[in-house]
Amino acid sequence: MRVGRPATLPRVLAWTVGLAAVLAACMLVAASVGAGRVSVLDGLWGGGGLAEADRRILLDLRVPRVLMAALLGGALAVAGVAFQALLRNPLADPYVLGVSGGASIGGMLALLLGFGAGQGALGRLGLPALAFAGALGALVLIEWVATVDGKLTVYTVLLTGAIFNAFSAALIYFIQSLASLEELHAIVFYLMGQIPAPAPTDLVVLTGAVVLVVVALAAMARDFNALSLGEEGAMQIGVDVDRTRRRTFWLGSLLTGLAVSVAGLIGFVGLVVPHILRILLGPDHRLLLPSSFFAGATFLVLADLVARIAAAPAELPVGVVTAMIGGPFFLFLLRRGRGRYGFS
Amino acid sequence: MASPDSGVTVEARSLDFRFADRTVLRGVELRADPGEVVGLVGPNGSGKSTLIRILSGVLGGYAGTARVDGREVRELPRRELARLVAVVPQEPTFSFPFTALEVVLMGRHPHLAGLAFESERDLGLAHAALERCGAARLAGRAIHELSSGERQRVVFAKALAQQPRALLLDEPASFLDIRHQVELYDAVRERAREQGGTVLTVLHDLNLAAEYCDRIYLLSDGRIEAEGRTADVLDAATLTRVFETEVYVDTNSVTGNLIIVPLPSRSPGRVR
Repeated sequence: MRVGRPATLPRVLAWTVGLAAVLAACMLVAASVGAGRVSVLDGLWGGGGLAEADRRILLDLRVPRVLMAALLGGALAVAGVAFQALLRNPLADPYVLGVSGGASIGGMLALLLGFGAGQGALGRLGLPALAFAGALGALVLIEWVATVDGKLTVYTVLLTGAIFNAFSAALIYFIQSLASLEELHAIVFYLMGQIPAPAPTDLVVLTGAVVLVVVALAAMARDFNALSLGEEGAMQIGVDVDRTRRRTFWLGSLLTGLAVSVAGLIGFVGLVVPHILRILLGPDHRLLLPSSFFAGATFLVLADLVARIAAAPAELPVGVVTAMIGGPFFLFLLRRGRGRYGFS
Repeated sequence: MASPDSGVTVEARSLDFRFADRTVLRGVELRADPGEVVGLVGPNGSGKSTLIRILSGVLGGYAGTARVDGREVRELPRRELARLVAVVPQEPTFSFPFTALEVVLMGRHPHLAGLAFESERDLGLAHAALERCGAARLAGRAIHELSSGERQRVVFAKALAQQPRALLLDEPASFLDIRHQVELYDAVRERAREQGGTVLTVLHDLNLAAEYCDRIYLLSDGRIEAEGRTADVLDAATLTRVFETEVYVDTNSVTGNLIIVPLPSRSPGRVR
């Protein structure tokens, strides 16, 4: 299935542009489907002739939400690739190192403090800001705990992340047990993942941040390849392993923290997308990382479309949709490719 | 500074290394110069791999001096060190299914700028290295589908593609059949003789050591027990003492080098 020649710049560009085109097509479809029969094409063709209500649906709700889904899907898939390279394990996902736990706790506290329903800047940004603060707190704490003798090792960072996740889960149950029924509902929906339709300025800021981090990670693609030779193997071909690990931990955690802060826990994007692409394209991160961004974006755009229309007029949490599609599909892949990736 | 293609001196002076409360190396003095193949032999756990790892810059925390091209390895930036020294580790690991060619191309890493892709020249070097190791037909195979011996040859090809000035080999032929052992050590000798490279290699096979090494260091319990010309070090009494095993040493009538055969514990002619 896989082509046996190494990654070249033309090959990377071809895949990137191709997957970007697929993403664009899916975004167009997603923005055109939903309650209220108005499509993006109507908007493009007869911009002036659109009813005010339709225009609001399109420009204030659907388009920002589709853009947001694309951005977060890409971010999660790239975070998955980065952590898989860091931990040298194809089964790692963006949440494995514990930052998501910190973000969830921050987000829940924001809900309890009433930020979620508030008006103005606090209502809009209070929750993501507090969640992101939680993610940063977790990041700093985990890095500090996981550094032994000045080095960040795979074992310590994985163990620390797992334990921090378990601790956050307990804390989340504790907070839930104190919450009112109404708050509980909001908390559950937040934790299951839901993609908001952000204001244009927020979207621009978020896009800038995600693009910067993704580019910084893509610049380390050859170092990620080298990490597959193990710590000493990578050092012996000239990689500063500790610096690479720290940067990867930080950048991947920032992407994860951003995603969880604005949309809760959306699972499986960071696991399934890199896995499929690794089967198709091979493990070279110069090809895998940019491709994962666009494929992850496409996956989440489509999953969010399903979340919007499957049970309309009600909405499903998108995290439920990604898990319901991604889970069985992933098991199917594992079953088929048994033995091919089961080594480390 | 040596010229671009020739070797660099690799040396250890009063090198001590402790791991937890165990002393692994004590006062090791060793030197490998351009153009020579230097062997490192000794019993299991005598510190051979530790010495290779220190000299390749992956183990810090030693006392004394470990130098490549006259510069302390722990002070050399990794990229620079990787352009001077390539290592074939005892147990290479791989976590993703890269092809053999992709693994060999990783040897070009220290020569490539941050975002660069391998050039035609890099690709040529990688193919030539695979060819040199008799592994050309493995190029497109996934590394984890290869046998241990095939994998070992690919890792050696990676080290050649790295175009180092010194090669540090830790049992590079442990999984190879006799044909590939000879091919690998022929390539090693060629690097030293014809390209003036420096080679320091750990080996357990004393007959390969006898054929290919110019000089030998015999390591025992972290100390250099004997050193010198191969024929002088591989002497029956010394080997018997260090390995605590009787050996029979004779001259190979074809090559004129030594033949070393360990004797089973209940051989009739044993001394003890």
